[in-house]
Amino acid sequence: MKELADLFFTFCRIGGLTFGGGYAMLPMIQQEVVEKRKWATNEEVMDYYAVGQCTPGIIAVNTATFIGYKRRGIIGGIVATAGVVFPSLVIISIIAAFLQNFADLAIVQHAFAGIRVAVAVLVTSAIIKLWKSGVKDHIGVVICIATFLIQALTGISPVYIVVVAIVLGISIKKFGGKKK
Amino acid sequence: MINLLLMFWEFFKTGLFAIGGGLATLPFLYNMADNYSWFTRSDLADMIAVSESTPGPIGINMATYAGFLNGGVIGGVLATVALVTPSIIVIIIVASFLQKFKDSFYVKSGFYGLHPAVAGLIAAAALEIFKVSLLNFDAFLTSHNPLDLFRWINVILFIALFVVEKKVKWHPAFIILIAAVIGIVLKL
Repeated sequence: MKELADLFFTFCRIGGLTFGGGYAMLPMIQQEVVEKRKWATNEEVMDYYAVGQCTPGIIAVNTATFIGYKRRGIIGGIVATAGVVFPSLVIISIIAAFLQNFADLAIVQHAFAGIRVAVAVLVTSAIIKLWKSGVKDHIGVVICIATFLIQALTGISPVYIVVVAIVLGISIKKFGGKKK
Repeated sequence: MINLLLMFWEFFKTGLFAIGGGLATLPFLYNMADNYSWFTRSDLADMIAVSESTPGPIGINMATYAGFLNGGVIGGVLATVALVTPSIIVIIIVASFLQKFKDSFYVKSGFYGLHPAVAGLIAAAALEIFKVSLLNFDAFLTSHNPLDLFRWINVILFIALFVVEKKVKWHPAFIILIAAVIGIVLKL
């Protein structure tokens, strides 16, 4: 019971502190889930992101369900997801009810111009951590840079990239005989 | 009641078929705006602005907002629950599969190829946030002066925050709070 409450409130914090899309959540996940609670490693978080990219639904929710499930099974998955969406429900309901012009307020726009810079900083250091834990050899460097360029320049669906990367990983391990 | 059930079904479908994150739900929401009287396309423009300037995953914010316009607090909760239900089911199936086969050769070596790719994918997604926070294309296109391409105050703030983040182990939320205050004070 205590761990379920921990799951709910941890993901509540993560949801309430995420500004932007699923990848903006990464720094919060690393801080709360990997470093503070030690519920998952950086590698596992990468697995969840990869799976979350090519399964339906919001990446933030998919990641929460994954980590919750890993800790406490199905109930854990549901509780973690409830936690990550709870702040949105409260905040958006209040804004929709009372503050129709919220996004036009000057103070909100200035604050968010600052917040976007902070998110850029946090995401940069999150990516550095991922690079350190996920890119272990020359092949990894090539895959990482190639993925970045293809995605940045063509904007094709990440699903294809994920599938190709899995096939590459398996073929390299199977036929390459290269050390880990 | 029928109305809310119909909305539940529409958001359930959205959660089932929108692959790749919150903004992937947008085409489905436009479709709903065209087919039902729950909200209009111009409501959607407001919803995107609010969803991007409030905490929380964008897709969830959008669903809550859309549901709220149609059915108040209950509508907001229903739309959000509908959106996340397919994810929960699919992910639990995938997670139980991975747990069972996590030591298999294929899962292990698949992830060996996948890890660096995910780092690359996230870096590419992050480009967008660099563009909106640090660059100013409009000013560059009107003046053609390369110096106008950068929002210099933001770049300085970026470097300063980056150094602080590396040196001091502050909670990310604290960095966000500081940046929000600086944004308000400097009218960024």
